[in-house]
Amino acid sequence: MSKPFDRRKFLKVSGMSLGVGALISVAPAMAGGGPSATLRRWFRRQNGEELTPFNLVQLSDAHVGFQGLPNPTGTKAFERAIDVVNGLDPQPDLILFTGDLTHEAEAPGEHAKRMQLFQTLTSRLKSKKVMYVPGEHDAALDNGVLYRQFFGETHYAFDHRGVHFIALDNVSSGKPAVGTEQIEWLKRDLARYPRTAPIIVFTHRPLFDLRPDWEWFTRDGDDVLNALAPYENVTILYGHIHRHDVHQTEHAMHYASRSLIFAFPDPMTAGDKKPVPFDKEKPFRNLGLQSLAEKKGRLDVDDVELTLREFGGTDGVQQILKSGESL
Amino acid sequence: MKRIFFTLLSVVILGTAQETQPRVVTISAKRFEFTPSQITLKRGEPVTLRVSAEDRDHGFYQKDLKLELDLSPDHVAEATITPEKTGRFVAICDHFCGSGHGNMKMIINVE
Repeated sequence: MSKPFDRRKFLKVSGMSLGVGALISVAPAMAGGGPSATLRRWFRRQNGEELTPFNLVQLSDAHVGFQGLPNPTGTKAFERAIDVVNGLDPQPDLILFTGDLTHEAEAPGEHAKRMQLFQTLTSRLKSKKVMYVPGEHDAALDNGVLYRQFFGETHYAFDHRGVHFIALDNVSSGKPAVGTEQIEWLKRDLARYPRTAPIIVFTHRPLFDLRPDWEWFTRDGDDVLNALAPYENVTILYGHIHRHDVHQTEHAMHYASRSLIFAFPDPMTAGDKKPVPFDKEKPFRNLGLQSLAEKKGRLDVDDVELTLREFGGTDGVQQILKSGESL
Repeated sequence: MKRIFFTLLSVVILGTAQETQPRVVTISAKRFEFTPSQITLKRGEPVTLRVSAEDRDHGFYQKDLKLELDLSPDHVAEATITPEKTGRFVAICDHFCGSGHGNMKMIINVE
């Protein structure tokens, strides 16, 4: 899915199918002079970082530990995504994981094992700067206690090559909400930046009402968007909906990455939130990632669907099974 | 004659007060269901929904009907609404409660 966007000359979406999740390239049109040069100087003074083009990848919703239909292959799509990312040239500077890293578990100790397995798998990534936010399956049952032990704080901010990144937690209270305290923190964080600063927010749930009766919303998402409204270059990356989606609100562009476990149907046409059935011939169908990279002075957001195209013959599930293994 | 007048007046006032009391509908929530799973309301008729949680925290959310309740076993949450349009509305639990949470919902029909 692609949709041109040039209002801010910061992000542009283009369609692509490599074979996995979401790749993103950040090349703000700020390489020139004038206001761009002012902003470059500001970032250099602020944190010694030049605004320079770089690529990043968004992965989402691996649900490590999930078993059975609608995806009997477990972590295979996630592992395939890691291989695809490792095959990128150049390698992404940064990998953002937008929640539901793991699937919750009732048995004592089991959820910790799943988080450990997630970390073992992500350690295979060549690119080592991986940043996370939790999904409700990671953090909503214990208010993020276990998640913090493995991945650190659930909201934070940092700068990377002249782009300000903000990780927002809209799950760990149990409700689809960011909460007053975090919104006040966000306002204080934003106040340090000029209104022209490129900003990428990454979070789990959509910050707008995409489909409230499917819980595809954030109760106080409007408060977050109002806090971001004065800023001219805002991009929001999220997961949760298990499908690629592009949405524009008055002051920001919102991009959802595909999942790495199973897909949900189109919320505009489907009545019920039933997962898309498993397809044995194309086991990674509808799964993937999102890639962001600079193209012609703009940031391109590419939706990347996982495939098994390097294998011969069909894309069938037998290609991801070892000899003698069965699902 | 006076006594009859005041008696009639009292009946009228009492009757009016009784008419303005909204109907009460009781709903309970537990993982991963609401009971009852479906209710029917009348457009333009005020109704009070009293929602309790049996086992743990839950949510009760329906955007179009402006229902947004946080449920906890230690209290009964309540909202009074007057539905303004007819239709079939899906209310959901929006406080994550486990593996079946995504299917925890009930139907509110407004006729």
